[in-house]
Amino acid sequence: MAKSITQEFTKGLWAEVPPFRLVLGLCPTLAVTTKVENGIGMGLATTFVLVGSNILVSMLRNVIPSKVRIACFITIIATFVTIVQLLMQAYTYSLYLQLGIFIPLIVVNCIVLGRAEAFASKNSVILSIADALGIGIGYTLSLAAIAMVREALGAGTITLFGKSFVLFGHAFMPFTFMVQAPGAFICLGLMLCIMNMLGSK
Amino acid sequence: MRELIKMVVVLTLLTTVSGGLLAGVRAATKDRIELQELNFVKGPVLKMLFKNASNDMIADRFTVKDGKNEVTVFPVVADGKVRYVAFASSGKGFGGDIGVMVGVDVETGKIYGAGVTTHSETPGIGSRAKSEPELVNSRFAGLPIEQEFKVKNDGGQIDAISGATYTSRGLCDAVTNAGKLYSKLEPIIKKKIENLHSS
Repeated sequence: MAKSITQEFTKGLWAEVPPFRLVLGLCPTLAVTTKVENGIGMGLATTFVLVGSNILVSMLRNVIPSKVRIACFITIIATFVTIVQLLMQAYTYSLYLQLGIFIPLIVVNCIVLGRAEAFASKNSVILSIADALGIGIGYTLSLAAIAMVREALGAGTITLFGKSFVLFGHAFMPFTFMVQAPGAFICLGLMLCIMNMLGSK
Repeated sequence: MRELIKMVVVLTLLTTVSGGLLAGVRAATKDRIELQELNFVKGPVLKMLFKNASNDMIADRFTVKDGKNEVTVFPVVADGKVRYVAFASSGKGFGGDIGVMVGVDVETGKIYGAGVTTHSETPGIGSRAKSEPELVNSRFAGLPIEQEFKVKNDGGQIDAISGATYTSRGLCDAVTNAGKLYSKLEPIIKKKIENLHSS
């Protein structure tokens, strides 16, 4: 079962891409993808937490007693999430304002705990880093993809690096439904459907 | 027994190290976070509300105690004296709290201007309160601050922003709260301003 580092990395990009294949981490997927920038920011914050927690969990995997492993994992994850939150407040404040409550909620994101439990607690540090990076980048790209569809249809813009690029002319009436909560479910459902169609071949 | 001790030791060590680390990060980022808040949230709104201000409103800010809370007040100098003060308030909107910066004319007690600082309203609908500041400002500017603000649907005097009644209610709430705060703190604020003049 020993896989190479590249295999562990690339599986997160397609075969096990979190929101579509594992169907994990849906709460932020639905909530923050109203702007492309928010989706990417959320994805990167989650990636940071994933890498940090995977490294520590993997390093401590022989020390942590199995009976209290979940408590230990959550402590590690919560620490990294709080660090991300403080750093975002200090350096990318406008993004922090947009993401708001969903940053602290990374603590309960199933992807992070899932990777700690299913992968990092059984594999070496190097493999765990590859796994975290793969899953994290896959997650970031998925959020960006959903956000792109939602923002383009719902607001007629693509927001990147603090700038909004207007896609359509003045005659375009934004399909506001797409940037509201039900639009998120429909968009995610359709993208899941497309992913399954592509995967079933 | 050995396992039990190991569990306690590992968890204790882990939480202690985490706690220490977080305290360190917090201390290192604290000042920067406060500055970001002022620059990103309050600064732009203050500049928009008071285009004729001749002082650095953020640098001149002072705090006033309201019971247990501290209210940060921004004095605005125009024509050589403090003519207006601005402070933040909040009300419940459609998607959560709406933060509003309210500017008050110190002499007349009338609202000089109001602008949204933070919100989580629906993009494209309620968020227009922030992206089109004149929508908010024009509705409140010039009205006496010490009164109950309500949208016309609720029997009040404020035209709701079309399509965003909940947001407008939140705005009214926030300005009403600001009025209550101002009437409570007016004497202290005026005293502070006099000190500013004499210094």
